[in-house]
Amino acid sequence: MLNGLRSQLQTLWTILQHSFTRAETVQYPEQMPYLAPRYRGRIVLTNDPDGEERCVACNLCAVACPVDCIALQQGVKEDGRWYPEFFRINFSRCIMCGMCEEACPTNAIQLTPDFEMCEYDRNNMIYEKEHLQIQGTGKYHDYNFYRVSGLAITGKDKGEAQHEAQPIDVKSLLP
Amino acid sequence: MTELGAISFGLFIIVAAVGGAAVLTWFERRMLGIWQDRYGPNRLGPFGILQVAADMLKLLTKDDWVPPFADRAVFIFAPTAIVVAMLLGFAVVPFSPDLYVLDVNIGLLFFLGMTSLAVYSVLLGGLASNNKYALLGGLRSAAQMVSYEVFMGLSLMGVVMLTGSFSLRAIVEAQRDMWFCIPQALGLFTFLIAGIAESHRLPFDLPEAEHELTAGFHTEYGGMKFAMFMLGEYLGLILISCMIATLFFGGWLGPWLPPLLWFCIKVFALIMFFILLRAAIPRPRYDQLMSLGWKVMLPLTLLNLVVTGAVALWLEG
Repeated sequence: MLNGLRSQLQTLWTILQHSFTRAETVQYPEQMPYLAPRYRGRIVLTNDPDGEERCVACNLCAVACPVDCIALQQGVKEDGRWYPEFFRINFSRCIMCGMCEEACPTNAIQLTPDFEMCEYDRNNMIYEKEHLQIQGTGKYHDYNFYRVSGLAITGKDKGEAQHEAQPIDVKSLLP
Repeated sequence: MTELGAISFGLFIIVAAVGGAAVLTWFERRMLGIWQDRYGPNRLGPFGILQVAADMLKLLTKDDWVPPFADRAVFIFAPTAIVVAMLLGFAVVPFSPDLYVLDVNIGLLFFLGMTSLAVYSVLLGGLASNNKYALLGGLRSAAQMVSYEVFMGLSLMGVVMLTGSFSLRAIVEAQRDMWFCIPQALGLFTFLIAGIAESHRLPFDLPEAEHELTAGFHTEYGGMKFAMFMLGEYLGLILISCMIATLFFGGWLGPWLPPLLWFCIKVFALIMFFILLRAAIPRPRYDQLMSLGWKVMLPLTLLNLVVTGAVALWLEG
């Protein structure tokens, strides 16, 4: 009983001491909170270091998305590269979970530390490819998918990618 | 004080108390914020004080709705009762040697009666709402009243014994040599707890415990009727602080400063203490509340009563 009373008084004293501690909260519109670089906010599509778009329209992000807010259509360029003909994210559905970023094999889709995307009209929450694409590499500066992948495109045949051996001719007996 | 003076001062007290209660809603949120490492409402006006006006505007313009299943007459009467009872309680508070509305020789009893009447409001509001949560809130309020009213009155009897009068002015005058918070420390402790329970403040706000009973007895209330309940609660807080200051901390007594200012300082400090209690202490379980009242507080009060009586007799004889 006395122990309980002492504990209550101790609580009162601790709380009273908090009169002199700084508030943890941030006065938001005037004062921006610090957001970590890996904060999961607005989604962007990035370019590779050569300035070509990274997305190869593999649809893995759309499959991984738990709320099905990503829609895209694959197309093939004349040099053999794959690209999305359209890429659409419905941000009124998006829950910023980052699953798409984890699923992406080419580091194309990335989440950024920006959350200020309010709109008065719901239609404006649907971002098309031109709204998503940025002219930069995002978080991964040196990665270029076509330089490491085995896919043959114009100017790079099979076996010419980084860390890639020449393909084995399975029809020949020579070593 | 003349008749006219007393009436006009009474009106002034009503306006001041209601205004004070309104400002207190903002002040309490601000203090809670500071103690919880936040800012609290600080946007409207200097330090956010215009939040009071915004809240009032919102409550006044809300639909004044009575649920079709409620007992209409009682439903409307209930929130009025608590405000009227609490405001009447202010009549006997002596603010300074010559600033008071009523100086009756049963002042203390009048105050106890008025605070007990306020419980009817909660009870009737819960009953008339015809809602199970409201009913549970009303039930809890009734049980809480019965168990805490008992030692609330008894805890003050020590003060009355030392003074020899129920008049609040006489009680203040009797504290010229020593405030009653020292010889009546036990009485102060028990009255403080009973006072919190009586005004349904946290940590004893079980009648409206929002985590268990949605909003308890005022679940069905909205708009101005809800505001009346809130007003009553804050008036109760001010009234209890006034009474504790008067009974245990020497009312208007104090050196150098004018008496009224001393009274205001003491009341303000006590209100701060009540807000601190709300910020710090969690709500007890219902059976804990009951057993605390009957098994700890009542015996403590009786002990205080017996010891005070014996000492008073010994000092006389």
